[in-house]
Amino acid sequence: MIWFGILLAGLFVLYPWVIADDFYGRMGADVLLAAIGASAWNILGGYAGQISVGHAVFFGVGAYLPLLAFTHLGLPPVAGVPLAVVISLGVAVVIGLPTFRLHGHYFSMATIAVAELIRIAISNWDFVGAATGLMGPAVARTWLDLSFRSPIPYYYLFLVVLACLLLLTWHLQRSRMGYYWRAIRAGERPARSLGVPVARYKLYALLLSAAFTSLAGSLYSLMVGFIDPESGFGILRSVEMIIIAALGGAGTLFGPLLGAVILIPLQTTTNSLFGGGGSGLTYILYGGIIVILARFEPGGLLDLARRIAQWWSRRRDGVAVRHAA
Amino acid sequence: MTIVQVIVGGLLLGAVYALFSSGLTLIWGMMNVINFAHGEFVMIGMYIAFLIVTFLNGGPLAFGPAAAALLFLFGIVVYYSLIRHVMRGPMLAQILSTFGLALLLRYLAFWIFTANFKTLPQDLLPGVINVGGILIGVPQFVAGIVAIVLTIGLHLLLTRTAVGSQLLAVAEDRQAAMLMGIRPDRMQAIAWGLSGAGAGIAGALIATFYYISPTVGESLALTAFVVVALGGFGSVPGALAAGLVVGVIQSLSAYLLGPVYKDIIVYGLFVAILWVRPEGLFGKAGA
Repeated sequence: MIWFGILLAGLFVLYPWVIADDFYGRMGADVLLAAIGASAWNILGGYAGQISVGHAVFFGVGAYLPLLAFTHLGLPPVAGVPLAVVISLGVAVVIGLPTFRLHGHYFSMATIAVAELIRIAISNWDFVGAATGLMGPAVARTWLDLSFRSPIPYYYLFLVVLACLLLLTWHLQRSRMGYYWRAIRAGERPARSLGVPVARYKLYALLLSAAFTSLAGSLYSLMVGFIDPESGFGILRSVEMIIIAALGGAGTLFGPLLGAVILIPLQTTTNSLFGGGGSGLTYILYGGIIVILARFEPGGLLDLARRIAQWWSRRRDGVAVRHAA
Repeated sequence: MTIVQVIVGGLLLGAVYALFSSGLTLIWGMMNVINFAHGEFVMIGMYIAFLIVTFLNGGPLAFGPAAAALLFLFGIVVYYSLIRHVMRGPMLAQILSTFGLALLLRYLAFWIFTANFKTLPQDLLPGVINVGGILIGVPQFVAGIVAIVLTIGLHLLLTRTAVGSQLLAVAEDRQAAMLMGIRPDRMQAIAWGLSGAGAGIAGALIATFYYISPTVGESLALTAFVVVALGGFGSVPGALAAGLVVGVIQSLSAYLLGPVYKDIIVYGLFVAILWVRPEGLFGKAGA
């Protein structure tokens, strides 16, 4: 596992050197950003099994605060990032404490409603740019604005954040916390009867998940330099995190990254093939993938790969046994 | 006087909410599954009305039953091809399946019909009724009355007929129902059919006075969640009462505070209900 991680990291570090091209550099940055968002969702939705369909709330807070700091205070956007994380944690507590009494579908419905509520409120609030949104600095004033023309600096920034997130998740999944989360996912009542403090550990998962989702939002607005209610708080933002995590494998370490590596290039391709109106086709594709996943492979691609590997080794063992006999 | 008119308008719209929400609550009550694509079922009903008016020159008597019949079939197809297989699977699969279906249907409609709003011609159900100074448009009036009648009809179907008893038996205890010779699979398929039919005809009814767009299902689905949560998960009479309440709250907040606030108030109400009383205002505890 460790060697696999190092190999993977090596590949990602080398990628910009192999492909010295802004288009593919940007696509690589998009892949990493999507992987950060989906991995953050995965902590709560995958490991702890609480399917949030409202994670766009944290993404949006993360995306808006840097540009708010720039628009109203003239600060470099980065200055808004810590505050965004703090606010996201606050929002997570406010949403989490009551909604965690709800299970399964109830929780998902509540998260959708909260996200839509906030999206509509933001769309009508002039201080945050209402429906038109906010812009970042057009030209970097100092290097602190983190406004680069090439996508490569963003690529490495995202890579560092993703590596930290995956290392942390890797550590947590092998700790008591990880086992508690999996127990909660398997069944809250049995987990509670075995002495797992269910509410507290669900909240820990939500807080971690919210903080990193917020960070993903901040990184997005730092790179893109623009945010509006739909791209920050829209339901499709939440859907994207879920589908990427579920495609690779929810509740696995590398599942979200795998999902992002597959889905983002696919999305870039359909968008460039079908132009502006193609975004509709992209979501038809999303919907189709989700339905097929849910129907045939709810464990995602990593689970499928594991089963194929098992089948293969059993077959090989079977052959070996027959030869021995 | 205006405020009375606003309330009456809210009640009539709320009746339609009650009709499509009762299908959602029926499915929840029977198998603890939330259909996230329910709003898209309503949206399809609206487009069926649009297509029949545009290409076949049909009136409400044609597109109402057509939408009901087609969505009855669609509900059954969705059950057998998708829901049946994910029902006993992990929670993620259950939620993803109908959620993915919602995206698929919404953006297929987007692709076929484009994002432009469509409306049915005004002369389908012309006229305004004047009841003691309160003006009610004929489309709204017809939609409200038909929706109330159908919702009560669904309740009677569930409580007074053999099929209804069998549906409720499966909801109560799948195993025991099987021992009584009831096929749970068939009953659940019927529930999905009924739910689809209710959504379809509700869509056809709203289409007579509301704009038709591919994304209209999103806010309708959220409205249905609110109605179902308020009325108690699984209760058709609860959905009827809650639908009327939500309709009135929406109209009043749009009138008193401005159109922007109608969704904010209703979604806020929903979150508040889920926090304070997850079993619903009219629901029984332990749901």
